[in-house]
Amino acid sequence: MTVQGDPLLSVNGLSKWFGSPSQGVRAVNDVSFSVGDGEVLGLVGESGSGKSTIGRLLLRLLDPTNGTIRFEGKDISALNERALRPLRRRMQMVFQDPYASLNPRLRIRQILGEALDAHGLARGKARAARIAELLELVGLSADHADRYPHEFSGGQRQRIGIARALAVEPRLIVADEPVSALDVSVQAQVLNLLQDLRRKLGLSMVLISHDLDVVELMCDRIAVLYLGRLMEVGTAEEVNRNPRHPYTRALLAAAPKPDPDAPKAQRLLKGDLPSPKSPPSGCVFRTRCPLAIEACATTVPALETVAEGHAVACIRSDVQELMTS
Amino acid sequence: MLGFGLFLRRLFRRRIVLIGALILLVLIVVALAAPWISPFDPNAVRVARRLRPPSAVNWFGTDEYGRDVLSRIIYGSRASLGIGASVVMMSVACGTLLGILAGYFRRLDGPIMRVIDAFMALPDILLAIFLVAVLGASATNVVLALAIVYTPRVARVVRASTLVVRELPFVEAARALGVSTWRIMSVHVLLNVTSPVLVQATFIFAYAVLAEAGLSFLGAGVPQEVPTWGTMIAASQSFSDQAIWLVVFPGLAIVLAALSLQLVGDGLRDMLDPKLRKSL
Amino acid sequence: MTDTSPLLDIADLKVAFDTETGTVTPILGVNLKVHAGETVALVGESGSGKSVTSLAVMGLLPRPAGRVAEGRILFRRRSGDSVDLATLPREAMQQLRGGEIAMIFQEPMTSLNPVLSVGEQIAEAVRQHMKLDRRAAQKRAIEMLELVEIPAAASRALEYPHEMSGGMRQRVMIALAMSCNPSLLIADEPTTALDVTVQAQILALIDRLRHDTGMGVLFITHNLGVVAEVADRVTVMYAGQVVEAGPVRALFRGARHPYTRGLMDCLPARAHRGADGRRVVKAIPGTVASALAIHDGCRFGPRCEHAADACRAAPPGLEFAEPEHLTRCIRWRSL
Repeated sequence: MTVQGDPLLSVNGLSKWFGSPSQGVRAVNDVSFSVGDGEVLGLVGESGSGKSTIGRLLLRLLDPTNGTIRFEGKDISALNERALRPLRRRMQMVFQDPYASLNPRLRIRQILGEALDAHGLARGKARAARIAELLELVGLSADHADRYPHEFSGGQRQRIGIARALAVEPRLIVADEPVSALDVSVQAQVLNLLQDLRRKLGLSMVLISHDLDVVELMCDRIAVLYLGRLMEVGTAEEVNRNPRHPYTRALLAAAPKPDPDAPKAQRLLKGDLPSPKSPPSGCVFRTRCPLAIEACATTVPALETVAEGHAVACIRSDVQELMTS
Repeated sequence: MLGFGLFLRRLFRRRIVLIGALILLVLIVVALAAPWISPFDPNAVRVARRLRPPSAVNWFGTDEYGRDVLSRIIYGSRASLGIGASVVMMSVACGTLLGILAGYFRRLDGPIMRVIDAFMALPDILLAIFLVAVLGASATNVVLALAIVYTPRVARVVRASTLVVRELPFVEAARALGVSTWRIMSVHVLLNVTSPVLVQATFIFAYAVLAEAGLSFLGAGVPQEVPTWGTMIAASQSFSDQAIWLVVFPGLAIVLAALSLQLVGDGLRDMLDPKLRKSL
Repeated sequence: MTDTSPLLDIADLKVAFDTETGTVTPILGVNLKVHAGETVALVGESGSGKSVTSLAVMGLLPRPAGRVAEGRILFRRRSGDSVDLATLPREAMQQLRGGEIAMIFQEPMTSLNPVLSVGEQIAEAVRQHMKLDRRAAQKRAIEMLELVEIPAAASRALEYPHEMSGGMRQRVMIALAMSCNPSLLIADEPTTALDVTVQAQILALIDRLRHDTGMGVLFITHNLGVVAEVADRVTVMYAGQVVEAGPVRALFRGARHPYTRGLMDCLPARAHRGADGRRVVKAIPGTVASALAIHDGCRFGPRCEHAADACRAAPPGLEFAEPEHLTRCIRWRSL
């Protein structure tokens, strides 16, 4: 789905440090990727991987410490809040927690109306019609507009959150774990809705998730993150079928398969994630990596292309042998 | 929007809220109608009838100058309710504004809270006396002084709630939409800090009425010839062992006013929360 | 009682809560058996009643509002005799809890005392139940930390809960649970808050401990991947009732209840290509039913694509579709 020319969104050398440069947390460290027009990119990683921070940096809800974010060809990484306003119509966010992401004191009409007001859309008589249209777009009905958030189930609230994001007709949606707080039987509804909307509205998306199955289902390309660094990026098919980074392989092996006869989840990785306050030197993954050698401690591996549209940051990515615990 | 009639009907579905509202209404009517309903001139001194216990003539008894306690309570409600209400309104307005500013803007947090902490470090009554001493003793200045004394309480509570609310995803969502900071503060934050403010407001009303008494007792309150519930209690101190009604009736008036306000405040708080409103 | 009788035998359990507006029954019809040495997964979404069921077993229903209204919860003690946990006096229940029955939770931070080191906490539990002296208890605590594969156990024992990662804390919780040799372990979503690579470690650990000690495990989860991974048998709950129960393979290969089917089909891993080449998942329509709502017929009926008039007429009972395989669906033959 990629197109020629500039990608819709491109991120170069993005870093975000919280706290002081010497003692702070390096939540995101020198991350680069791009999202094409109409493309869905998945950001996968465990806690501390920096995936949610990246989502907020893209929308400039946080200020990057280093690096550039180009959206529609324009560098947005240093714009102030006033200059960002027109941009807020072009990119929107869907949040993880469907309960806390809607103001409990406002009716759905007011929640959606606020989004329209912020950009002077659908004023006056057109207002009610637009709100009804948005609710129907996400599978709710127009008469839900006068209710309060607490009158809805988790799945319905997430639909309202999506409607709010769509109210300003964005081109890019950053969806931060959009289904992980939902019941299993409702997750599928929301995933299918996002797929439908993507196609119907030609949306581009950055989907942040810890669930590889969700990402594989939804995304054209996948970027795997660990402790704030990019480990591997490639098409969803490539990353799933032919993972090259040992971390990606371990992640895939650790995910339990919903099939009692499938090979048991493997615990290829020992121990826990290191603290992002003091990440390991060299390759951040080396302390848990079954393939680590001495050289891994000294150099930060660069992202290298191993196949068309498939890049890996690992000096041992040529090692194909099975890893054992 | 909810019609006002429906709002009231829901609000008063809870019997206890209705009772509170009725008491409050009676107190307000009494204050407004004082010249017509009070049986005696509140300042008419009749030495012959001093310190009389409650009787058919003087329902609530008489004080050390033979003044009718009931009439003084009726007239006193004007000043007391007025002072209490004014102090609540001023301190809630200022405190909420300061609290939201301090809670929402990290840069303002330090300076605002330092000043507020400094005010809170001083005992309420000392600060009030000092302020009245500087401003001069008058009803207006008592209100001003007490509003300054209680503003920090509101500000603290509002700041604490604001710190929580500002981190909630719906605020982040509003920012992502490009909603103005002013609207985020005046809608998203303000709506979600109302409950603790209402609770504080009912407390402050009661405190203010009592503090006014304290100030009057110390001679730093409203002038003596204006009866207030506070001044009545204060003046009765030296006679309270022989004339308990001098304390009981004005005290009861203060309790009734504070209680009714609290009941109505509780009801309002629940009405402002859509989640609770449904179950009412 | 013979050794082949189940360790835990819940029959026709009904839990009632007294509220201001009347009595509600979040649990209405739970049948469940756990044998020694096996892992039974209790699967359900929010409001299914799976956690209330576990609280009823542990005697931890909030008092005085919550109570077991009907049914029995038989537990076979180590001594061989059976007790009904539903009617057991509080003191006797306390003896069992943390002794022969242990429990681990989703968020270990809230069940660990923040001001005591983890070693002290385990030692305290050991002393209470096993009547050891202080030194022996401390030694046992370190052994327990080693048992749950915490490296450098002796020094980690001195750490406080907040100094540990989520995975380490869950290991400590497991050590705490295992310290008194329970014969039944109730694990309530023990890996839900953990990262997937750490989850794999914890699942393997619980499984190893079950294998080594022969304890029975009641594993409560909403994650079907985890179920396939750990369970010997599975019980599925919906809106306060057991809707299907059976061996793990029977359920994953041939579910006999539309809800179980729907749960499996809606997993992203089971997405299929639609006519237009897009991959879609088959979603269950509607929202999760509340156990508290009033149901005339089948509780899953409103969301069920197979629902017929008969399903709305009367609440279905549990019946055997195969030996060992229960379903609460009157139409299971035509599925």
